[in-house]
Amino acid sequence: MSRLTEDNIRIAHEIIARYPRARSATIPLLHLAQQQDGHVTDEAMRHIGELVGATAAEVLGTATFYEMFKFEPVGKYLINICQTMSCALLGAEDLMHHAEHSLGIKAGSTTADGMFTLEHAECQAACTEAPTLQVNYRYRFRVTPEIFDDLVEDLRAGRLDAEIPPHGTVARFRQRIPAELGVGAVAPDEVDGAPVWMESTT
Amino acid sequence: MTIEEPIVDPNAVGLFINGQAVTARKGDLIIKAAEDNGEFIPRFCYHERMSSVGMCRMCLVEVDTGRGPQLIPSCMFPVAPDMKVFTDSPTSKAAQEGVLELLLAQHPLDCPVCDKGGECPLQDQAFTHGPGESRYVEEKRHYEKPIPISDLVFLDRERCVLCDRCTRFADEVAGDALIHFTHRGNLTQINTFPDEPFASYFSGNTVQICPVGALTASPYRFKARPWDLAEAESTCTTCSVGCRVAVQSSRDEIVRYQGVDSDPVNWGWLCDRGRFNFQSVNSEQRLAAPQILTATGHATGSWNAALATTAQLITDALAAGGPESIALLGGARGTNEDAFAWARLAHDVIGTPNVSAQLVDGLPVGVLALNRATIDEAASAATIILLAPDLKDELPVLYLRLRDAVQAKRSRIIELTAKESGLTRHAWRTSFYEPGTQADAVAALLADDAAMAQIGRGDVVVVVGRANLAESSAPTIAALNALLAALPNAKVLPALRRGNVVGATQVGLRPGAGGLDSKGILNAAANGKIECLILLGADPLSDVPDADLARRALAGARRIISIDTFMSESSKLAHVVLPAAGYAEKDGTTTNLEGRVTRVAQKVTPVGTSRPDWMVATEIAARLGTDLGFSTDADVTSAIAEHVDGYEQLTVAHLSEHPDGVVALAPHIDATNPPAVTLGDRNAYDYRLIVSRTLYDSATMTAHSPALATLAPGIAVHVNPLDVSRIGASVGDDVKVTSAKATIVLPLAADTRVQRGTAWVPFNQPSSATNQARIGDLIDADASVTDIRIETL
Amino acid sequence: MTATTYPFTPGFYSGDRPEIVTSRFKYEDSYSLERYLTTDGYKGLQAALAKTPTEVHDEVRGATVLGRGGAGFPAGTKWGLMPPNVYPRYLVVNGDESEPGTYKDRLLMERDPHQLIEGCLIACYAAGLSQCFLYIRGEMALAQERVALALNEAYAAGYIGKNILGSSFSVDIVLHWGAGAYVVGEETALIESLEGNRGMPRLKPPYFPAAIGLYGKPTIVNNVETLANLPWLLCNGMAEYVKVGTETSPGTRMVAVSGHVNRPGVFEIVNGTTTFRDLIYGEDFCNGIRNGNELKAFVPGGGSAPWFTPEQLDLPFEGRLVGAAGSMLGSGAIMVMDHTTDIPAAALTLTRFYAHESCGKCAPCREGGTWLMRVLERVVAGHGTDRDLDQLFEVGETICPGAFPHASSEKLGLAAVPFPYKMTTICFVGPSAYAPVHSALTLFRDEFEARVVRRRTIPVTAGVGQ
Ligand SMILES: Cc1cc2nc3c(=O)[nH]c(=O)nc-3n(C[C@H](O)[C@H](O)[C@H](O)COP(=O)(O)O)c2cc1C
Ligand code: SF4
Ligand code: FES
Repeated sequence: MSRLTEDNIRIAHEIIARYPRARSATIPLLHLAQQQDGHVTDEAMRHIGELVGATAAEVLGTATFYEMFKFEPVGKYLINICQTMSCALLGAEDLMHHAEHSLGIKAGSTTADGMFTLEHAECQAACTEAPTLQVNYRYRFRVTPEIFDDLVEDLRAGRLDAEIPPHGTVARFRQRIPAELGVGAVAPDEVDGAPVWMESTT
Repeated sequence: MTIEEPIVDPNAVGLFINGQAVTARKGDLIIKAAEDNGEFIPRFCYHERMSSVGMCRMCLVEVDTGRGPQLIPSCMFPVAPDMKVFTDSPTSKAAQEGVLELLLAQHPLDCPVCDKGGECPLQDQAFTHGPGESRYVEEKRHYEKPIPISDLVFLDRERCVLCDRCTRFADEVAGDALIHFTHRGNLTQINTFPDEPFASYFSGNTVQICPVGALTASPYRFKARPWDLAEAESTCTTCSVGCRVAVQSSRDEIVRYQGVDSDPVNWGWLCDRGRFNFQSVNSEQRLAAPQILTATGHATGSWNAALATTAQLITDALAAGGPESIALLGGARGTNEDAFAWARLAHDVIGTPNVSAQLVDGLPVGVLALNRATIDEAASAATIILLAPDLKDELPVLYLRLRDAVQAKRSRIIELTAKESGLTRHAWRTSFYEPGTQADAVAALLADDAAMAQIGRGDVVVVVGRANLAESSAPTIAALNALLAALPNAKVLPALRRGNVVGATQVGLRPGAGGLDSKGILNAAANGKIECLILLGADPLSDVPDADLARRALAGARRIISIDTFMSESSKLAHVVLPAAGYAEKDGTTTNLEGRVTRVAQKVTPVGTSRPDWMVATEIAARLGTDLGFSTDADVTSAIAEHVDGYEQLTVAHLSEHPDGVVALAPHIDATNPPAVTLGDRNAYDYRLIVSRTLYDSATMTAHSPALATLAPGIAVHVNPLDVSRIGASVGDDVKVTSAKATIVLPLAADTRVQRGTAWVPFNQPSSATNQARIGDLIDADASVTDIRIETL
Repeated sequence: MTATTYPFTPGFYSGDRPEIVTSRFKYEDSYSLERYLTTDGYKGLQAALAKTPTEVHDEVRGATVLGRGGAGFPAGTKWGLMPPNVYPRYLVVNGDESEPGTYKDRLLMERDPHQLIEGCLIACYAAGLSQCFLYIRGEMALAQERVALALNEAYAAGYIGKNILGSSFSVDIVLHWGAGAYVVGEETALIESLEGNRGMPRLKPPYFPAAIGLYGKPTIVNNVETLANLPWLLCNGMAEYVKVGTETSPGTRMVAVSGHVNRPGVFEIVNGTTTFRDLIYGEDFCNGIRNGNELKAFVPGGGSAPWFTPEQLDLPFEGRLVGAAGSMLGSGAIMVMDHTTDIPAAALTLTRFYAHESCGKCAPCREGGTWLMRVLERVVAGHGTDRDLDQLFEVGETICPGAFPHASSEKLGLAAVPFPYKMTTICFVGPSAYAPVHSALTLFRDEFEARVVRRRTIPVTAGVGQ
């Protein structure tokens, strides 16, 4: 398993076509692979290398640089609790302790039932709403122990399935550029003149 | 009287380094300008032959360009007029010492057990610049150490200082981005992809440029310590690129070759084959004493006896058939001196014209008479036309130089080939021809407007060589002539592979007037016309493509004299075998493919009683009543300068002043026209055969270097994946391969580099217990091409 | 004077202040094309297309739209730095908002994506940029969805793509998204990341991607908020724009104030005039410190900025003045600490951040940042020694040798040192790991000393400052 499926290969080519150089699609394709398998597999990285014209080692180098890519399975729900200053000033540490206690795991690990993975996170750009957390990158603000426990409760019960897709899916909508509307990628080497609208002036 | 105008160099830039007014070249980086002016700025990531990345921050210095002193990495900024550089200001020193302490913070400091200990820039810096003992009391990073990242290289991530040299080399220079940074920040590390080793022909260079002991080479690990290394600068003769090397020995045993940066040739790089085959010099199986054939096989004899026997064999041959009945094959493995002494012996003492340094696997010597290009000229020509074997496999460092020419956008490559090569992905345009039809490919090229426009953009250099051993040289020469007829100004770089084949040929190991070439000699021997065959480091049984011809020739030759470093397949048939001193066991000169003559140096004493070839020739001549007048290699070098056109300058003195060597062409060689090309029709034969060499094969030195012996890909018949089903066998199966000459059984391999309708078989591969098949059996030296049938068993 | 918020704009408060970029936040469906069009949507683009690109560029230059991403460099000037007649040129939108304390670009992307898109189009038209890449931080799922939908709507409606609004102006806007790495916000790292590589900042020179950027071509990198200003600017003209704010800092700015205040929030404030006191104590802003506590210190411009104390409360939110006082406005993020704050622990949260986010390229940042963090951790845990406190400075010196900017303080007799300061690293992540340590340690050394072990006696771990 874990090379990209036929459908995903189609999406991959659509994404690659938007960039002047295929290599630029590496990160989007890694997300695609993670959406497919829940984490990024070696086979997927090899496949992506073939698609964008890079060695597997180069894809690995890029993938491991970024926080969001996981290389072994994680829980269905990845809970990131922000630990940076604004949240820390308002009790992020206590919230983390509570989370560890009520999920019965240490930060950085996954519950036995494979439902939850708990992680320290850095600033989530919601500092005024501290302390904050993200579940599969969906926010929860001003989180109290009660709010946290209800959240876990709801997730377990599947009450949030509509809002929160399983780990791997970030955005649920993709950009689509219909061929007839798009201009197409502008290759760095094949253009030299100024774009037409510039000439039409001055 | 007139006033002399001072000559001002437009490229000179005047600046101040630590208050001293100095001049540098425009575009020079500060770190280089400082070094050229005697101020060494410490560095780890900077490497002159690679792009600057400014990663280690060790080279920080204060620079004032008018806006007050700024702290900048000197490996990143070019010099500017009147710029003031302070390499030893308090801030510069503070920055450098700070960086050094940080680099050492995570370093295991296991110098006593580290190969690099004693020659380690980090260790040296720590002494000269460092604040002494580290204030870093935290837990250090721990990684599994060391891990093998290829068959030849080990990686110790704890010692790594993340200078990006090895990764830059792999990506920028070698084009094999198989090692890369992974992870981030404090956890950043170098690694390969799981199960995809750093299998690069050039991996050894990363070991040499690693500024710490993070990368070590298995053949050298724990072999020696820098302080008991002795070193001599020499030239690698593994192939005809002639890379400059430092030969290092310990206790009279070669332990390592290091690349030396020779601007016109190898830029400091070596291929792994050349770097690690020093092991063969030390091999147990080296021939240590003369062997004389007796009724019960070969017996060790004294030199005296052996030389007497040799002289006798020659005299008998002369008596039996005259000078023309004696032939000499080989000499491409030795020095110019060896070749010249033997040329004198063959041509002047014995008096035979039947001499050749090639083995039916090269090109007519006439190519050396063409308008020849140097490597630099090729690597700066607007257009490089390849009519050559896969340079990555046959002349690896030439491949690096041409790849660089493309990367740097100096040159575009037009490749004419039968099979995808290492340079195909860098070629501006590749046209595939079916073996034998390269002349048509040339015609098509000359008729193509875009191609001609490109060719019109500047200098053109044609790299020509023997791309296919299952094909005579005729089609290649025909194509070359067609090219040169249309592009009279194009220069030619002959891609002949064997170490000193150009030198041997130029100084005299080539057919004399009316003499036979290598194929002619073998045919004559096969037909019983050769009374004595001299094999000068030549092993026809492994190297002549047409195996049957080689066998018949050695059977037909009445007397065989072999001079060799190992007991080869062919020397096993010789009446007398004389042990030759090997590489690094003798001084002399060598000539690379562009005609560049450089010194090769002796570093260790020859094995057993082995002697340099030139000395052997001199002694044989003496026994035949002629004194060649050589008592030292220097005598021979001077004789070459005296007698060989183009080599006038090449005195020992001159060469020691020019370590990069001097180009000597051979005006005295005359171009010969090739026979016409006749292609048999295919009918029953579905595939046209391509046979060529891979970097790793059964060549003597490779096979006798344990580190390399296992790297040969092994014999198999490679076809395009789309042809596999057509054969009705599946990959890995044994299949019957039949030519007009014979049938052999080979495993089937699918290979996208092979074009449909052709089949490729790597030459001279180690025979396995399960498969002794020799591809040479299918090849007919008299046929222009070889067509084969592939069938299931 | 009050502050109004809406359930769908968590943290955002409007007041009776000019609204240049947040005018639509009051509508629940502010992100829909439908709403956008009924509220002057794409009028700025039409106004631009009616002018020549040069005229539009002059308009932006004249209005001195300061970069909102951190460096505060005027957008018009930056566009002018591209080498003439070198094409193609690209636009890269920096939506990687992740500087500690910063919260504004995400709101702008989630609540008013069309405004951002229109801004991109205006920039492309004016500067002759042939393709636009909108790089959104990987962890911002909702922003990515809203922008994707908006882009699809805008394409369908003919605002993006071939011959926009029937003109000769054609450009694609491509949504690109990251995968979690703060340093990728640095513009050259952003470009590396967009090329599919590890997000490591590029070497300077060249100092500006405007010269050599994406695929080695001239590239403009602008922050989301910067671009979001353009539609209003083009609709109302630069004369109107410069009426707001001061001469050196015209227009408005979005500022997030977080930490120990009664009403943490994001505000669109008048540039240059509003003071830190207004922001922290003003009742239409944060309305004072929680439980009437004392203000101890605040970070004026995102985690990288040297700290201020109550002494600087009356400085206006103006780049040069704040710079002269030894800090920076950075990304418009203020983090407030009251007197109960455990200063060493607070500093640690920032140093940990930058150590963790180092890309690993420069030895001083890669090793030094982590070293600082380790030592600080020890001190905070109560196992530190006096030696460790000096060591913090010594290690910091290896990242920023010589003068380091810090809050100037008559009280402590510390003189202000303006940017840029000496640093051994390529980008500001390295120095940023040191900045909080340096500020905290110079301003509140006593708290550190109370923490450290003396002569190997029992650690003093009692909560400090409570
Ligand atoms: C370490 C570092 C992180 C940065 N992070 C961001 C960021 O998250 N968002 C942003 O817009 N600019 C960020 N910047 C500033 C950008 O490098 C760049 O100056 C800015 O995007 C330019 O846009 P502007 O001129 O419109 O402000 C960062 C700079 C540094 C050195
Ligand atoms: S300072 Fe840090 S983050 Fe910035 S480039 Fe250097 S190592 Fe990377
Ligand atoms: S040598 Fe200049 S930064 Fe490494």
